[in-house]
Formats: sequence, C-alpha cells, structure tokens
Amino acid sequence: MTIANPNDFNEPLQPSGWLRYFSFSLDHKVIGIQYLVCGFIFYLIGGALAGVIRVELASPISDFVSRDTYNEVLTLHGTIMIFLWIVPVVNGGFGNYLIPFYVGARDMAFPRLNAVAFWMIPPAGMLLISSYFLAGAAAQSGWTAYPPLSLTTPAAGQVVWILSVLLLGGSSIFGAINFIATVLKLRRPGLKLMQLPMYCWAMLGTSILAVLSTPVLAGTLILLSFDIIAHTGFFNPTLGGNVVVYQHLFWFYSHPAVYIMVLPAFGLVSEILPVHARKPLFGYVTMVYSIMAIVFLGLIVWAHHMFTSGTPPWMRLFFTIATSFIAVPTGIKFFNWLATLWGGRIAINSAMLFACAFILNFVFGGITGVALAQVPFDIHVHDTYFVVGHFHYIVYGGTVFVIFSSLYHWYPKFTGRLLNEDLGRLHFLLTFIGFNLCFLPQHWLGLNGMPRRVAEYDPAFTTLNQISSVGALLMAISTLPLLINVVVTAFKGEIAGDNPWNALTPEWLTSSPPPVENWPGEAPLVKEPYGYGHTEPALAQEATP
Amino acid sequence: MTTSPVQTASEPNPSPSGQANAPLSIETSELPLDHSHGAHLDVRMFGLATFLVADGMTFAGFFAAYLTFRAVNPLPPGSNYELELILPTINTVILIISSFTFHRAGKECRADRLGASRVWLAITGALGAAFLAGQMVEYFSLPFGLTENLFASTFYALTGFHGLHVTLGVICIAIVALQTHRGGQVTAANHFGLEAAELYWHFVDVIWVVLFGLLYLL
Ligand code: HEM
Ligand SMILES: [Cu+2]
Repeated sequence: MTIANPNDFNEPLQPSGWLRYFSFSLDHKVIGIQYLVCGFIFYLIGGALAGVIRVELASPISDFVSRDTYNEVLTLHGTIMIFLWIVPVVNGGFGNYLIPFYVGARDMAFPRLNAVAFWMIPPAGMLLISSYFLAGAAAQSGWTAYPPLSLTTPAAGQVVWILSVLLLGGSSIFGAINFIATVLKLRRPGLKLMQLPMYCWAMLGTSILAVLSTPVLAGTLILLSFDIIAHTGFFNPTLGGNVVVYQHLFWFYSHPAVYIMVLPAFGLVSEILPVHARKPLFGYVTMVYSIMAIVFLGLIVWAHHMFTSGTPPWMRLFFTIATSFIAVPTGIKFFNWLATLWGGRIAINSAMLFACAFILNFVFGGITGVALAQVPFDIHVHDTYFVVGHFHYIVYGGTVFVIFSSLYHWYPKFTGRLLNEDLGRLHFLLTFIGFNLCFLPQHWLGLNGMPRRVAEYDPAFTTLNQISSVGALLMAISTLPLLINVVVTAFKGEIAGDNPWNALTPEWLTSSPPPVENWPGEAPLVKEPYGYGHTEPALAQEATP
Repeated sequence: MTTSPVQTASEPNPSPSGQANAPLSIETSELPLDHSHGAHLDVRMFGLATFLVADGMTFAGFFAAYLTFRAVNPLPPGSNYELELILPTINTVILIISSFTFHRAGKECRADRLGASRVWLAITGALGAAFLAGQMVEYFSLPFGLTENLFASTFYALTGFHGLHVTLGVICIAIVALQTHRGGQVTAANHFGLEAAELYWHFVDVIWVVLFGLLYLL
C-alpha cells in the first residue's frame, strides 16, 4: 500500500472538534484521551460496584444482595478496575499522549495498531458487563478465576469473562509492542536513552513485562476455557488435572501485572515532582536501574501468592527471598522522590498533594507487602482482608492517586485550561480521608481473621466494616468535585497558557493543546528534562504560584 | 544561552550533529505522521520480532504447563498415550526444508527475480500445506481423543495451537506470493511483507522443533 502524502491518510479520519474522539483516529494524542475517558467511565462503573460491596458489608448478614450476586459484583469490580481502568489509563492513556513527545516523535511507531489496541477495549468492557444481563449470571470466581471454583460456577458468564480478558490482554500486548518500538526506535536524532524523561523508562519496563507475561495469561485462560467448554481436565482434579499449575501460570502474569499497574505511576510521579518542587529529579541513573531491577525481579516472585497452596519449602524460601529483594529497588525510588522534594520550592497544588500522598500511601502498602512476603506471617493473613488492605494501598493509594495527580498536572496540556484549585483540594481531601478510612481498618479485620470475598461475616467485625463503608461513601462523594471540575473547566476554566508550570519536558515546549504534528517546527532536543534550578535560574525563580 | 538544556527550533544553536534536526522537520515530510509506511522497515521488523517474543511466551507457558503435568500428575495405569513417530518425523523434516525454501524465495526477491521468488514461495506454501495434511492424518489415526486424559488434552492443545500458526503462515505465504504478482506490493525495493512472513515462518518452525522434542521424544 502506498500513501503519497501522510496527511491524506490522517485527515479524512479526523473530523475536527470533539467528534474525532469517537473516530478511528491515528493521532496519539486523540488515542491517549480516548483511553483516559473510556477508562474513567469504567472507573465510575467499577466504583458503583464497589459501593454495592461496601453497602452489603455494612452489616454482617447478606441482606442487600444475594451471595451469588455479591460474588458477581466482586468479580466484575476487580476485573473492571484492573483491566479496564488502571492498566489502560496509566499505560495507554498517559503513555500514548506523552511518549511521542518525550522521544521527539510525531506519533507512535505503529499508529494503526495503536488505534486497534484502543478500540478493542470498549467492546471487551461491554462484553464483560453484558454478561451480567445476557448470560444469566456473570462470572463469580473473582478476578483470579481460580479453578476449580471457575469450573463449577455458571459456565456462560465465566466464558464471556475469559473472552473479555483475552481481548483486553491482546490490547495490552499491542500497546506494549508500540511503546517498546517507540522508545527504542523512534527517538529524535541526538537524543540519548539516558536523557529520556523517567516515564519513558517506566513505560519501557512495563511494556517488557507486558510482552513477556500477558501471553502466558492468555494461554492459561485458553486452557481454562477448554476445561469449561470441552470438558478437558487441565485444571480439573477430578479428571486428573492440576489446579496449582493454573495458579503458577496465572501469577506468572499477575504478579508482573501489579507492576504493569504501578511502574507507569512511578514514571508519572517522577515527572510531576520535579516540576512542582523546581528541582531536578534526584538520582536519575539509580532510578533507571531500579526500574530495570524491578522488571527482572518482578518476573521471578510470583509464587508469593501461593504460600498456602502446598508449595514445597524450597520454593517458599526462594520466593520469600526474591520478593523481599524487591524492596531494595523500590526503596531506592522512594528515597529518590523524597530527595527530589528535599529543599525544593514546593508548590502545594492539587497535583502535588496527590503526588505526595502517593508517596505516603505507597510506602505503607510496600511495608505490608514485605510483611506478606514472609511465609509465617502470610500463612496467617493469606486470603484475609489484610491482603485486600495491602493491595488497595498500592493500587488505589498508589496508582489511582497518581492518575489524579497527573490529571491536574496535564489537564492544561490536554485542554489549554487549568482545573480549579479549590475543587481540586476538596477532591484531594475527600479522597485522602475516604481512602484511609476505607482501607486502613481492613488491616485489622484481616489480622483478626476476617476472610476476603465473603458476603457474610462474624458480627464481631461489624464496627470496623462500618467505618470502612463510611470511607467508601466519602470516596464516592469525592468523585463529584472531580467530575464538576473536569466538565465545567473544559468550557469555563482559567486559560492556562502554553506552559503554566514552566516545565522543561518536551510536551510543554509547544502550544496547549498541541497541534496535530506536536510541534509546529522541529522537535526540540531536550537533553536535561529536569534541569530545574541549576541550569535554568530564570525559570526557577518564576516557580508556580 | 548555550547552557540552556533546551534547544528549540527558534534557537539558531545547532544540535551536535549538524543535520540532526533535518529528518524531523515537517516541511520535508521525511518523518511522516504515519510511521507504518515508507522507509521504516526496520521499525516494523522490530515490532514483529517483539510480537513473536510475546507469541513465544504463550508457547513457553504451554510447555511449562505440559512439563509440570508430566512431572507431578502421572497418568492412571493403563492410560492411552502412545504416539507414532514416523509421520511426525517426516513432518518435522518437511517443516525444516520449508524454512530453507522460504529463505531462497527471499533471496530471489531481493535479487529482483520475482518469478523465481514466486516459485519458491509456492513450494514453501505447498510444504506447509503438506505438514498440515500430515497433522490431520495423525490426528485421525491416534487412538485417543481430546478428553481421554491429561496427556491427550495437552497434546492436542499444543499441536493444535501450533497448527493454527502454520495455517496462518500458509495464508500469509499465499498472500505474499500473490503480491509478487500483481500491483507490485512486494518488489525488490519493498519487500516488508515477504520478510515479515519469512521471520514468522522461521519462528513457527523453531517452535515446532521444540514441541517435537518435548512431546514426541521426551
Ligand atoms: C513492595 C513490594 C511488594 C511486596 C513485597 C508485595 C507482596 C505481596 C504478597 C506476598 C502478596 C500475597 C498475599 C497473599 O495473598 O497472601 C501480595 C498480594 C497482592 N499485591 Fe503485593 N506486594 C508488593 C507490591 C505490590 C504492588 C506494587 C502492587 C500493585 C500495584 C501489589 C498488588 C498486590 C495485589 C493485587 C495482591 C493481591 C492479589 C490477590 O490475591 O487478589 N503489590 N503482595
Ligand atoms: Cu505479587
């Protein structure tokens, strides 16, 4: 196929204005926004499901929904939040928007593959949700779909669930291939790898993980679907199969998947902190190496999810040690962020509040994680609310906080308008209080033995559960200021100017919002994306208001 | 000004390698908005190679599952799991030969002998089809079905998934062969389609060799 003029290819597909967001656009910026908005819609749906869970758990008996419905709601909540909100938004959303800017390119390496990857997501999401209504019963076996549970719950819903996750996994692999090719092959001439903004490294590491691990999940789910549809016995002990093999294969994907959810957030926060603290990112080189160390270690720790699955002692020992080692590169990053803030001219705005709260929440979740990696402790709290507390501190307190921080930071880039600060702070306050109220008590619940994934519990746990539900209510309310802010400021917000934060990274060195070709002229060569303070005295003095 | 970490188009300050900026200027359109066309063959091959790594990991997962099953889930006594060796060995040889014939097709294409290239492609495609036919014969002559036992299920899942890859490969070869013919989509100057199909074919070939060793010989 020959295309004389690249614009012939792009223009007809790009109706101007908002309509292009509903088109098969090839523009990485449009695709990025598509991911963000689509993901946010699924966040609201997943959040509503979480609301159902917390209302049900406000009392020890299953009075609000039936037990089966509870299991469906729980499964949909987990699957939607992971595969349709966190993963697409921190990877596809911000990645597509920012990475071409950061490498000095006009678009991603494979724009059409990029658009295909995005357009796999809405159908997959609708398929998943429709299983609740169409197939009679949605999947009930949790986001992990462990057999034999997933073999005995209603088959139709489980098969639709598998199909949907396969689509989303495919989308994630296509996206990852695009990121790897863009970062490694599309860099502007003269731009070296070690000069790239940190988010590029985070996306490179994440994409390597996605390429290596997601296909294993896909293969596993295909085998699982055979067990359901064709009555093979791969994972069915009554037919001679082995459930633990499923767990190994599943976690070979799903532990890396937690880094697919959090590494991009590490990258984003490494972009945001230097801008609002007006200081260079501390320890660039160690940051890069710790990302790569996390990628490597992340691939060899999966069985820490299986300490109670009859794993032999040598395996427990190996996976405990390997998992504990992850704390080293993670700790390096943590101290680098603190050192970045140290002595900076910190602007306390909404973006910064969410970013700093991320550091706080993340270190807490990291510490409970290291505790969970110790076999004697894990045997006590495995499959209890302690684990639920742990991963929500990381996934919500970590990644979702960074998504919000990034929204306040890059919204002026997307729209040319600033989000309202007062509403932003209100959003932050409600989210922060609600989040901690919701998930901190769950650690006590778990330590005292409340199992996860149940609709009914011992009445002794009632008070802590009610506190948790109040926190969830606050979190639900916190989305209101956010929604109002995003919608109203899109039309009436304060005009931001091209570079409201005086940032040095390349996406700011063009108009806001940027032109289709990203920069009107040549792509800038940014060799020091974090050169605040020492090389740019003029900029440092005009630090953000 | 020279200490500025940022060099933009408005600054006359040149980048270190003089002409480094040129390929990015939009006026010359040297770096078109759509990178999947034009001279970026190596990026596309790189993307394909990355995809094959992912695809290989799917097989790796299957292999790992198969080996674990073998190690910890012995079949009940009297189970039916014997495989014939003759046909699969012939099939293995066919597939290995087809990698060489494909290589030859690529060489002819780059030397601008499209007719010869087409013939070699046809031979490769025929070998691929022969492999699939052999596989079918084997399936129908085996004494066990998909759900007979754990080994049987794993056997059909692995060979079936690989057979799917071969089928896709044969279709790709047919398309590429047609493209050397009409419209000139595959020429000596522009042979991404052919190279991509070739890389993919070699990949499918290597996977088969591993699979053959694990399923039939181990
Ligand atoms: C600081 C390093 C971390 C360590 C040492 C760690 C350790 C662990 C361990 C041992 C478990 C298993 C608990 C059990 O089921 O008994 C676990 C569960 C989990 N972790 Fe982490 N973790 C870490 C970071 C993370 C991160 C960064 C994320 C996500 C972004 C995450 C997400 C999860 C999730 C989702 C689960 C529960 C999975 C499930 O059973 O549904 N963890 N973690
Ligand atoms: Cu893990």
